[in-house]
Amino acid sequence: MRYLLMICGDETAAEHQHDGCGGWSEEMQRRGVILDGAGLRPPGDATTIRVRGGEVLLSDGPFAETKEQIGGYCLIECADLDEAIDIAARHPAAGYGTIEVRPVLTPDHP
Amino acid sequence: MATDVETAVAGAFREEWGQVVATLIRMTGDWDLAEECAQDAFALALRTWHRDGIPARPGAWLTTAARNRAIDRIRRETVGAGKLREAAQMLLPDPDPDDSGDSGVRDDRLRLIFTCCHPALAVEAQVALALRTLTGLSTAEIARAFLVPEPTMSQRLVRVKRKIRNAGIPYRVPPTHLLPERTTAVLGVLYLLFNEGYSASAGPDLLRPDLAAEAIRLARVLARLMPDEPEALGLLALMLLQHARRDTRVGPDGTLVPLDEQDRGRWDAGEITEGTTTLETALRRRRPGPYQIQAAIAACHATAARPADTDWPQIAGLYDELHKHTPTPVVELNRAVAVGMAAGPAAGLALTDRLAADGVLTGYHLLPATRADFLRRLGRHAEAADAYRDALALAGTAAERSYLTRRLAGLGTTDPGENSSAEVSVPADPVRRIDDRTKTEGRT
Repeated sequence: MRYLLMICGDETAAEHQHDGCGGWSEEMQRRGVILDGAGLRPPGDATTIRVRGGEVLLSDGPFAETKEQIGGYCLIECADLDEAIDIAARHPAAGYGTIEVRPVLTPDHP
Repeated sequence: MATDVETAVAGAFREEWGQVVATLIRMTGDWDLAEECAQDAFALALRTWHRDGIPARPGAWLTTAARNRAIDRIRRETVGAGKLREAAQMLLPDPDPDDSGDSGVRDDRLRLIFTCCHPALAVEAQVALALRTLTGLSTAEIARAFLVPEPTMSQRLVRVKRKIRNAGIPYRVPPTHLLPERTTAVLGVLYLLFNEGYSASAGPDLLRPDLAAEAIRLARVLARLMPDEPEALGLLALMLLQHARRDTRVGPDGTLVPLDEQDRGRWDAGEITEGTTTLETALRRRRPGPYQIQAAIAACHATAARPADTDWPQIAGLYDELHKHTPTPVVELNRAVAVGMAAGPAAGLALTDRLAADGVLTGYHLLPATRADFLRRLGRHAEAADAYRDALALAGTAAERSYLTRRLAGLGTTDPGENSSAEVSVPADPVRRIDDRTKTEGRT
């Protein structure tokens, strides 16, 4: 079985963003159960994308519909937000749902 | 009294601030550093131009001063080899920035305009950032202009710069395949800014910056930087033609003065001439668009010596064209007003009745207000009174309410023969307000 752990928190969780995981990652890597994972930048840095009627619609920040649940994820690597928007807009789910693009925390861009 | 040097620095600030900041952002990639170094350069000018004289090219002098300051700061604040390399890069002659997939447009201010107006940023943040970085308005002035506390505006600016950096929004003029849509977005933001200044009715505040004038400045820069884009010229023309009427739109008691009652002698003849000339230049490109058409409509009004001289059939035709580009019910309502003037109130009423039946403008006070005017001109005073009351219940601002109250009170007391031709209030242009931001979404 594969499982996705969706790590959630309110705004106050941002202060723990550089805390590390107290050896959890190392232990899980040793056990071989971690396939991939990353921390995300805060929702304020997010952009949400929908395609409706062939038009790409953007909003600043996360899409605030509590009815919507995360149904999947893709990790992409590309040049800038314009390319990320283009990639997201081509995903079929952008045509019926929404895709939030959130930058991943990386060591060289703290 | 201001000395020659102070006058020169103030002039350079108005003319060159945006260019200096825009260039420094490209060189350093750091928006805060760019602003701070630009500020330092202007402060240095105030101190040294007394001694050394005013340079022949103040903009180049200021950019060099700001760049040197940035190099100093990067050197001093970091010990990392990477940062030193960055500083060394800036010592080299200005690199050609156009190897990055830009559309081949070379002005840094254009990069800055497009980046500020990136649709992944919230609209109110876009306009605030454009004002801060391109026109040099202070955070306090921008806060005052938007009637928000200064810390709120400061926070908004910090946040938007953080998003640009963290989300990886590129500093560039978009590549060709994105350019048409992004240009539309930029024009939309500038017009939004203009309307914010044009329609704000927040009481007399002499220190409140003139946002409409700032929007015109930016539109002028954009039109100059995008000479092949007739809609940029069209937007500039539209702003000038509307701005020409700014002093006559509201009476001394704060009442909205309809177009046909405005004192045309007080319209700004210089702006009208510049607006119509700009529009003619745009139209020669033979690529009409919504801003050029709206400017043409504004020109019809601005060049009519008396309300009775207004070319209403022409305006009705232009609204027809506009509807093809922007098929919205508000445009349709404006068309109904023009048709009502060109072909009589019965023809206009038929169009507004159809709009009312569609239900798409429910809650929009100008629909019942327009119907009321038609009904009044047809002598159907009881129905007109009902429609005025409907409009009053929906009207947002005090100026609009007082206008409608006056119309309602005047029903049946004026001589319909005298007033039948030109008393329809022309509804506002179809604009989006910054207040509507919960509903606005950027389009790429």
